[in-house]
Amino acid sequence: MAENHPVGFQWVIEAREKNKAAVIHVDPRFTRTSAMADIWVPLRCGSDILFLGALIRHVLENEKYFREYVVHYTNAPVLLREDFRDTEDLDGYFSGWNAEKQQYDPTSWLYSGSPQRGALFAGSFQDSGEAESDPTLQHPRCVFQVLKRHFSRYTPEMVEQYCGVPKELFLKVADAYCSASGPDKTAAICYALGWTQHSKGVQIIRAASILQMLLGNMGRPGGGILALRGHASIQGSTDIATLYDILPGYLPTPTFKKDAGTLRDYIEYNKAKSGTWSNFDKYFISFLKAYYGDSAMLENDFCFDYLPRVTGDHSHFGYWLEMADGKVEGLFMMGQNPGVGGPNGRLERKALAKLKWFVIRDMVECEPASFWYNSPEVERGELNPDTIATEVFLFPASGVSEKYGTFTNTQRLLQFHEKGGDPPGDSRSDTWFMVHLGRRLKAKAAVDPRPRNAPLNALTWNYSLSGKNAEPDVEEVLQEINGWTTADRRLISSYAELKADGSTACGTWIYSGCYPERGKNLPDQRQSRDLYGHGWGFSWPSDRRILYNRASARPDGKPWSERKKLVWWDEQKKQWTGLDVPDFYRDRPPDYRPPEGAEGDAALAGDQPFVLHPDGVAWVFVSAGLKDGPLPTHYEPLESPIPNPLYKRSNTDPAAIKRERPDNRYARSPGDPRFPYVLSTYRLTEHHTAGGMTRTLRHLAELQPELFCEVSPELAAETGLQHGAFATITTPRGIVETRVLVTKRLRPLSVAGRSVHQIGIPFHFGTNGLVTGDSANDLLPISEEPNVRIMESKALMCDITPGRRPRGKAALEFLAQKMEAA
Amino acid sequence: MSTSANFEIRHSWRTTAFLTDSTLCIGCKACEVACKEWNHISEDGFDWSGFSYDNTGSVGHSTWRHVKFIEGDPQPGKGGNAGDGISWEFSSDVCKHCEVAGCLEACPTGAITRMEFGAVYVQPDICNGCSYCVVACPFGVVQKNRKDGRAFKCTFCSDRQRVGLQPACAKACPTESIKFGEINELRTMAEERLRELHERGIEDATVYNPMDTSVGGIHAFFLLRGDPRTYNLPPKPEAPTIYLKDGWRSAGLVAGMLALGSLFAFLSTPARNSKNS
Repeated sequence: MAENHPVGFQWVIEAREKNKAAVIHVDPRFTRTSAMADIWVPLRCGSDILFLGALIRHVLENEKYFREYVVHYTNAPVLLREDFRDTEDLDGYFSGWNAEKQQYDPTSWLYSGSPQRGALFAGSFQDSGEAESDPTLQHPRCVFQVLKRHFSRYTPEMVEQYCGVPKELFLKVADAYCSASGPDKTAAICYALGWTQHSKGVQIIRAASILQMLLGNMGRPGGGILALRGHASIQGSTDIATLYDILPGYLPTPTFKKDAGTLRDYIEYNKAKSGTWSNFDKYFISFLKAYYGDSAMLENDFCFDYLPRVTGDHSHFGYWLEMADGKVEGLFMMGQNPGVGGPNGRLERKALAKLKWFVIRDMVECEPASFWYNSPEVERGELNPDTIATEVFLFPASGVSEKYGTFTNTQRLLQFHEKGGDPPGDSRSDTWFMVHLGRRLKAKAAVDPRPRNAPLNALTWNYSLSGKNAEPDVEEVLQEINGWTTADRRLISSYAELKADGSTACGTWIYSGCYPERGKNLPDQRQSRDLYGHGWGFSWPSDRRILYNRASARPDGKPWSERKKLVWWDEQKKQWTGLDVPDFYRDRPPDYRPPEGAEGDAALAGDQPFVLHPDGVAWVFVSAGLKDGPLPTHYEPLESPIPNPLYKRSNTDPAAIKRERPDNRYARSPGDPRFPYVLSTYRLTEHHTAGGMTRTLRHLAELQPELFCEVSPELAAETGLQHGAFATITTPRGIVETRVLVTKRLRPLSVAGRSVHQIGIPFHFGTNGLVTGDSANDLLPISEEPNVRIMESKALMCDITPGRRPRGKAALEFLAQKMEAA
Repeated sequence: MSTSANFEIRHSWRTTAFLTDSTLCIGCKACEVACKEWNHISEDGFDWSGFSYDNTGSVGHSTWRHVKFIEGDPQPGKGGNAGDGISWEFSSDVCKHCEVAGCLEACPTGAITRMEFGAVYVQPDICNGCSYCVVACPFGVVQKNRKDGRAFKCTFCSDRQRVGLQPACAKACPTESIKFGEINELRTMAEERLRELHERGIEDATVYNPMDTSVGGIHAFFLLRGDPRTYNLPPKPEAPTIYLKDGWRSAGLVAGMLALGSLFAFLSTPARNSKNS
């Protein structure tokens, strides 16, 4: 966190200095964060679930869990179906595995008595707390007991053997963490790409959330799990739908032959019976009204049929591999550099040569823009500038200080930023590009009445333009995101005002309230009033700074403790009040019980804080929505030095996708003798991702001017590496030359009775800029975590040899020889 | 921890200072970059050093703030910086703006002056590049820019201070490791912080603020762990001008002896001449 979020890390330092908070850092490398931590825990790359699972077991076995919280606010008491089988029963598989399709049928993961069909967010709903649950947590089929059995083998001894973390160190962490949680205390977990970029990344974070639920650290001040995002507004781009299968505000993109028949089918499929998602139709129809304006009417399903359907795998890797196979004609690329930042860079760069046209917008000529004349593939003779047919259009883009706009950070905080000056030359903002591209396409469609143009003709696209560059007004976009009433364009102040009859339009329901009236741009607020920062920016939803904050009070509505009070029930005023905007029905008393057959918002009781969930409680066990199981389980990385110590049948996450093909090969796993060392990629404070914004600036480029790898003195001795000299790192995908930094900050770990060496390598370098170097991501395979489709970059296998890599064609021959070796 | 964050220069502040607390430094180098940006300093060159994460080497003509990275041996039981396995300490170095500044005293052209707030400032339009200041600095801070011939170092952001802004490095520091404020307040703060660290078991923490040597106190003091020499800081820095009296005395003595010798030779010569003739 100190390495990649130094500005945010000031709060960790402040907690340490002011409140004597203990800082624990778990990382294979000793980093700038470790240097500031009280405890540093080096562990084997990819063994995180083993470590977290052992913490969960420690909490359960030693009765350290926050019992009242767990019983009331989580699904731990709920009973599961009789046909559910755990990985412990089926040697690494949950029930429902379909070996032919290589995917799970999650029906048996449902709660006992749940309806079998349901949407992503609604599938597991049923009236928990009545028939099918056991508040004593004793029933063998209740989630609590299933959890206990599931993690029973995750012992400190296992951690010592397979994570490489000494038992005493593990117990020290466990004691420190448990002692920091309770009614009077909370503990937080911060993570970043070191957890997400694994073939089981989602499940690693699930394991952390289970730990937080058991300790009562959710919805309370100082608790939670904080995702440290990889870029300045990744939270914002996720909210406003950067992914192909999500529309703005986490509304699922309709999928062909699944939920996309008629608007009614779609809503029925996705609408929850209770909780916040029971208003799904209001959010969705208001969204369609924002897209299609007056054209969207009750009679035409609000133009539902104009929305594109998901017909296949349109994820980044999905279409990139299709591109490599010549199935994609053209590509727009903005604010992205897969030539350096993407896995298997060689494949990704070569795929660009299969395009007919390629539009790239960036502040600098980054590596994808120059793939056709300056890339390792050109140097090695794999690509020839004379024969590449791709037409490349490089558009200069303006930087953040050259435009108005908002950032949304990991706390869901929208912050508006000013424009410092006009962009130079022909540089334009992304908003300018998209708005003017849309205007031109619409102008073409307007004179071409073919039915395929109907969606474009219906699309609302009336943004005001001003200045010499005809720059669109971003505050109008923000207002459209906020939403208005369609009759008189009155801005709305909350998503609670949205209607399903077409009388409201709202671009992104979760953001509504950020611009509640003309001239009132809440993300632009700069006067913080209190400890939680109200008055500074706007935190979605409805300026709530801590989500699910009803959980900061006991079931009866009183705070768990004076020290950790946040929101509570005011008996006089008969409403929820406190230091934050209550994330709950403001006037619903703690003792409210839904009447028989209640649906929608009315169906949640006064002590069910997790309002986005149809059952109002946090999910220790996730019965719908995950593709690789309802509970986190330890699997080895796709490339691993050792076999899975827990299961013989499933070495890796069965649902993970390898995309194995001749240009995307893997080391044999476990234990390929050709690739004996563990490799993990990372970032440095001094550079930003693929380096386009840092390797081009003198004052940043000089701070880390060259690619290096970090190795332990023991590994250097074993392989003959010299400090400061060159080394060549090889994987089945690529070959990379680096300088060698021998440091005690890396150390071999004792795993399964032998020494496992780990190598760290930053990935910022490429062929362009003031400082250049090989791209470490050329070493990675394109792999996909089953839920979110991210690659495994934090745990793979490699070989390292002293000396510089071969040049030109010889590099490919070197790689081929390596692969042919026994 | 609010000195820097809520900083505004108060009119009552006659003398300002930096307190750089290395126990709060995370080695992000924001100070280095902010300094170079504000003062329009060139880069040092794109050379990878292999010395931990430090690729700018030391304070010099083109690096006025410099973050040191000290990868040390384990220091079990010392606390902080996860000392049981390895220690990795960071400290941002800068010109000390001495009370008795060797550079200022050595400067023959008057290019180096004492500014309000206590800064020692090299006026670039007067400096003639003689480099006397370079050898006269007890900390090795001042350096000649070979391309341009003149000497450069930290200006204490005098231009910023004059308009009520804190120096760029302190402004950019995310963890308030670099504190800026009134010198006596910061001295008190340093002592309090030292006490707190000692209480916490970080016994090797010290304040580096040589008051009892000829530099007579500095305007950039440090909170460090262990021996200051680890951070390239001399335990007893001296302004070279203290050797001036001795130097002049020796020179006078030698001159006197030479004069006496000449006189002697002069007086004895005619006798010899007359003898020969």
